[in-house]
Amino acid sequence: MSTAPTATAGVRPRAGTASAYRLTDRLGLGLAWFFGLLFCAIAGAIVIYFAIEGIRYLRPGLLFTNPAPGVSESQTGGFLDPMLGTFIIGAMAMAIALPVGVAMAVWLSEFGRPTALARVAESAIEMMAGEPAVVLALFGLTLFELHALSFLSQTTNGVVLGQSFFAAAALLALVGLPMVVANTREGLQAIPSHVREASYALGKTKIATTRRVLLPAVRPSVITGTMLGLGRVIGDTAIVLLLMGGTLTFQPANSVPVLGLLRGTGDTLTGYIYYNAPTGDGNQPDKAYAAAFVLMLMVLALNLGVDLVVNRSRNAVRWS
Amino acid sequence: MDEDDFLEQDHGISQDQRAELGLGALVFAVVGLLLAMFAFVVHEAWPSFAHNGIGWFGPGGNLAQQIQAIITSGELKEAPVYTFHAWPLIWSTILIAAGAVAIAFPASLFISVFIVEFAPPWLRRTLEPVVRLLASVPSVIYGLAGVLVIVPLIGNHLITQSEKASVTPIIQLSGASLLAAVLILTVMIAPIMIAVFVDGLRAVPRGWLEGSLALGVNPWRTFWKVGVRTIRPVLVAGTVLATARAMGEAIMLSMVSGSVPFAPNPIDGLIFIFEPSQPLAATIIHNTEALNSAPMKATLYAIGAVLLFSSAMLSLIGWTAKRPMRRYGVIA
Amino acid sequence: MELRKPPPVRRLSDAWTPPTATPPTTNGNGHHPVTSFVGAPQRAAPSSIAIDRMHVENLSVSYGEKPAVKSVSLPIRQGEVLALIGPSGCGKTTLLRSLNRLTELTRGASLSGRITLDGVDIASMEATSLRRRVTMVFQQPNPFPMSVFDNVAYVLREQASRRPRRAAVRGAVNDALGRAGLLDEVADNLDHPALRLSGGQQQRLCIARALAADPEVLLLDEPCSALDPVSTRLIEELIIKLRGDVAIVIVTHNLQQAYRVADYVAFMYLGELVEYGSAHKLFGTPSQQRTRDYVSGAFG
Repeated sequence: MSTAPTATAGVRPRAGTASAYRLTDRLGLGLAWFFGLLFCAIAGAIVIYFAIEGIRYLRPGLLFTNPAPGVSESQTGGFLDPMLGTFIIGAMAMAIALPVGVAMAVWLSEFGRPTALARVAESAIEMMAGEPAVVLALFGLTLFELHALSFLSQTTNGVVLGQSFFAAAALLALVGLPMVVANTREGLQAIPSHVREASYALGKTKIATTRRVLLPAVRPSVITGTMLGLGRVIGDTAIVLLLMGGTLTFQPANSVPVLGLLRGTGDTLTGYIYYNAPTGDGNQPDKAYAAAFVLMLMVLALNLGVDLVVNRSRNAVRWS
Repeated sequence: MDEDDFLEQDHGISQDQRAELGLGALVFAVVGLLLAMFAFVVHEAWPSFAHNGIGWFGPGGNLAQQIQAIITSGELKEAPVYTFHAWPLIWSTILIAAGAVAIAFPASLFISVFIVEFAPPWLRRTLEPVVRLLASVPSVIYGLAGVLVIVPLIGNHLITQSEKASVTPIIQLSGASLLAAVLILTVMIAPIMIAVFVDGLRAVPRGWLEGSLALGVNPWRTFWKVGVRTIRPVLVAGTVLATARAMGEAIMLSMVSGSVPFAPNPIDGLIFIFEPSQPLAATIIHNTEALNSAPMKATLYAIGAVLLFSSAMLSLIGWTAKRPMRRYGVIA
Repeated sequence: MELRKPPPVRRLSDAWTPPTATPPTTNGNGHHPVTSFVGAPQRAAPSSIAIDRMHVENLSVSYGEKPAVKSVSLPIRQGEVLALIGPSGCGKTTLLRSLNRLTELTRGASLSGRITLDGVDIASMEATSLRRRVTMVFQQPNPFPMSVFDNVAYVLREQASRRPRRAAVRGAVNDALGRAGLLDEVADNLDHPALRLSGGQQQRLCIARALAADPEVLLLDEPCSALDPVSTRLIEELIIKLRGDVAIVIVTHNLQQAYRVADYVAFMYLGELVEYGSAHKLFGTPSQQRTRDYVSGAFG
């Protein structure tokens, strides 16, 4: 088109809508607002509901008495053992998941050969993250009923029970593992390559670089991953139901102080809640509310912890 | 200088090799464990599949009776009975998962778009932790809320007496139903989708969005036409991951969906959302006491195998669906 | 093991001032152009039109506490190409982006002063409506991940009240591609993915896309800085061809390009408009010392 001069200056006539927003756009924006607020409302309702009911039914005594079989509310005791069970199992599971997860993340991020194994390992982690806990529990059952692993639980009449703290912790470690791996890997990949190159240029080996430079730098990611994994672990019920024996109080396998306890059966808060829900055998909803409240507090505390760690790390390290 | 460097000055290379071997062996072991899981579960499940063949997945007979027969045959140590036609369970799983995903998908998409672009900062700062919180609530607590609030609500206020009477010969309408299951499951899987979608939207190159705005297209349209369209693979990935989660949910559904292995029939009309059922994962939970009956154990492992494979398949699909994003330099 | 001594460290002095140019020697007729390329034959003749489109009146833009543009006033006319030149950080991109209110996308940006489009204050218009009339092409070509056709048709489809059918927009798409000089190269397959075009073609596609909106002002933010010389030349010819239909404002780092392409030039330094004048005058006989220093390459 040639540059023919236009005769008149001024606004060109423009076809189209007067406003830039069509009706569907406005509706869409409205829907977005609606769903966003609805979501907040649902979350608020859940938190408030459990807070109210929990405060109503939670007495300090509950935290310090053991559960006992019974019929009425006053007979069935508190949930000290299950609560301790949650702590123990959480600690055990993450004690396995943390080092294994960090090691896997380091291997995937810094080494990663042969690539076939790396690819398979990545997909394995993804699959494990998506596996139903029920299936992991079934696997754990067959695994720990093997005679070779009988030392991790109890044996009666030559039949390995396969249910113990050890068994549950091992499978729960698998539940917490993907979070640790994913977060640590993300943290490692966020470190620019010139940091590593600077270290290699000073003559340090890869493993020394990792230990002294990279891992300290990704500590926030590791902590985040661990806390998120721990959140998953203490929230799990299926594995606990199948692999911990479901006894209301700790039933140690023998009288050896710690190992006996860990080889024995027990319960966690989640199992306790499941048991005391109206659909469970115990059917003590008041106890269930109280325990649910305590569990929610733990989950909230973990979430807050993650937020704090993330915020602090965001302001701390800045790679140029 | 560290002692490491002094002492390992000459062994620098082999130290790395040793580390690589050690770490690699660990990774190999974990992968091996996962493969062992597949092997173990299928091995235990084999008798059930072998006896039923493809009919395992189909309909046929009263499932509750079949389960009872299996259990008794094992307890009484008679000839094992494996007859099992899991169609009602499969149908229940499909209905509940599909229902939850169908509602959660549009809601999550709108919420994600809202969070990334259109929410005022104060609301965004509230919504993101809220999503994280809902994602971390244990399923047993969702189940408790369901059993104590939603189920009575449905049973006492939404289902009329006449509706209950109309199906009494077959099943009981107590409120533990498809509807309760779908509603709660939607809230449970939405955070997964939202997390994935938000990551994807945030990774859309700023240049495209700015370019569209600079052409006089309003922000809402810009976001949908350029942003959401670009992350289509991410939408698939998030949906698939959420579906896997929905299918694998056992605890909450065992409390809320009703414990009857019944197949709700849409032909019944609206009442069908009030009907109870029992999805696959919940079936395992409901029958854990029967694990010492050998045929029942095989049956439960067979259910587990089905769940194992379907969830593994979905996770893989979801993971590979995220790969095309790298083509645009968008890493999700 | 001996430790080696580290090499000595050299320091730049703490205060650094841009060097001033030494006055060049005269070349016979007393007047000498400051820049060596003035008088080079690449320039086209000035067009015969000059229609006022936009006025910038005492515009100041700050990001938070830091002022980016200080009290700038400029006219922008259809029929003329206005080039904004200056060293990095001088505010020329900020000034460009304030013309279509893209500065609003940056958190903490604040504006004072007035910009008018055809006499109307742009702050009083809806931003989206403004941006239909004042479109922009960016430094990095950013075609959408769609076909060539869809890219150019994008604007037409998203601005209409009802989505027009493909046949309806085909004419406008061909027209825009023609104006951008890209039609011959893509005509055989308009459904080709836009991201598979070369860099120069992508940028011309972005120009076509911007022209499809039928804007009154076209803003170009260093459009050729990521391109090879051949593509650059094509786009510069395009700009000169288009100036009669749209007012063009181009930000550029490249002084020779500014000379080739612009009718008027605004030189900015540290947020201030140091000098505004015709290209011939500014590059030949600038009235400000600072301008003289910049265009002769003493600093940049």
